[in-house]
Amino acid sequence: MNTVHDLGGAQNFGPVIPEADEPPFHHDWERRAFALTLAMGSTRQWNLDQSRSARESMPPAEYLSSTYYEIWLAGMTKLMVERGLMDVAEVASGRMQSSGKPVEVLSPDRVSAVLSSRRATRREPVTEARFAVGDPVRTRNIHPPTHTRLPRYCRDKRGIVERVHGVHVFPDSNATGRGEDPRWLYAVRFEARDLWGADTTAGAVYVDCFEPYLEAA
Amino acid sequence: MGEEHDHDHHHGHGHGDHAGSHISAMDLRVRALESLLVEKGYVDPAALDRLVETYEKKIGPRNGARVVAKAWSDARFRRWLLDDASEAIASLGFIGRQGEEMVALENTPRVHNMVVCTLCSCYPWPILGLPPVWYKSAPYRSRAVIDPRGVLRDFGVALADDVEIRVWDSTAEIRYMVLPERPPGTQGWSEEQLAALVTRDCLIGTGFPKAPV
Repeated sequence: MNTVHDLGGAQNFGPVIPEADEPPFHHDWERRAFALTLAMGSTRQWNLDQSRSARESMPPAEYLSSTYYEIWLAGMTKLMVERGLMDVAEVASGRMQSSGKPVEVLSPDRVSAVLSSRRATRREPVTEARFAVGDPVRTRNIHPPTHTRLPRYCRDKRGIVERVHGVHVFPDSNATGRGEDPRWLYAVRFEARDLWGADTTAGAVYVDCFEPYLEAA
Repeated sequence: MGEEHDHDHHHGHGHGDHAGSHISAMDLRVRALESLLVEKGYVDPAALDRLVETYEKKIGPRNGARVVAKAWSDARFRRWLLDDASEAIASLGFIGRQGEEMVALENTPRVHNMVVCTLCSCYPWPILGLPPVWYKSAPYRSRAVIDPRGVLRDFGVALADDVEIRVWDSTAEIRYMVLPERPPGTQGWSEEQLAALVTRDCLIGTGFPKAPV
């Protein structure tokens, strides 16, 4: 979806302002928002790609004026309402109107196991990789109205395959309930001048591109 | 008098918070949401406490500093890290959420790497903890891919014109870390001494290791 989360190359957002000795959380509610999001995610009522998609679907002006954990909360709330885990009246009032649906609740003793996942999106290849390191490729000129991980700034651009990352769950499919549809994933090198002309101080930009984003060049 | 009244009013709701702090609308909202989710049987507050504790107390940039210090000290580990960062980093016990597939990017006198996630906030949690606010913010996400030298200036960092800046946009589930160059003047230093020079920012590529003293 072409919306404001896709920030690469946008201008006029002002300087980056680092904070010295920044703590992991700035407010107690951020601690709880973070933990609620991970705990609800572990109930497997939605997947990571649906979670990202829900955050991105926030109205653009609201997205840009919200803090990070406000966006997380909005995404989680939207998914819970969509899944029938709670209704909008409960969100508004904070009061339970109907009993909850059965879900697998994250218990304290499962926390470290849940956080120790490895290679969660990698799948066994069932096809040969279409591209190899060094191959010239061109990203497709696509504008899906649903979730995608191909940023706008590198669509319809020529690049070179730098790394082959193996086969991974395809977010464009997984976010829309069409299943994991695992695809080959590549790191593609784009010369910065091919993306931005002379108006850049980068030498090259590398983007992880799923095979359906690419065609031979 | 109005201020005092306000203070008392907020303080009345502030159970468990340190004295004098105000309870914001967001604190109240998220408390209400947590109570609702507990009541509906979806979350266990003790698990929430453990999640917070993990990322507040146990996982942070010192993990990444250990990875870098070991790579600086041990040529075989360095090679392993550059060939298969996932396994090399896992051998130090740093595994898990948002760091399941790792790639290490080697800085050289001619190449400087910088990591960003323009689409959200992907970040290697097991070695750096949760990302700082600036990493998740629009200024960094928008500018890193087009004007990394401008970003470095915001960090007070300058690179020679002939150094190629490579920016890595974490658009999938691969998480990147920068392997900075070992500072000169550190011959014979222990891994612990070296680790103390490694900053969070130098693993993202927005800074350099501290100079030895």
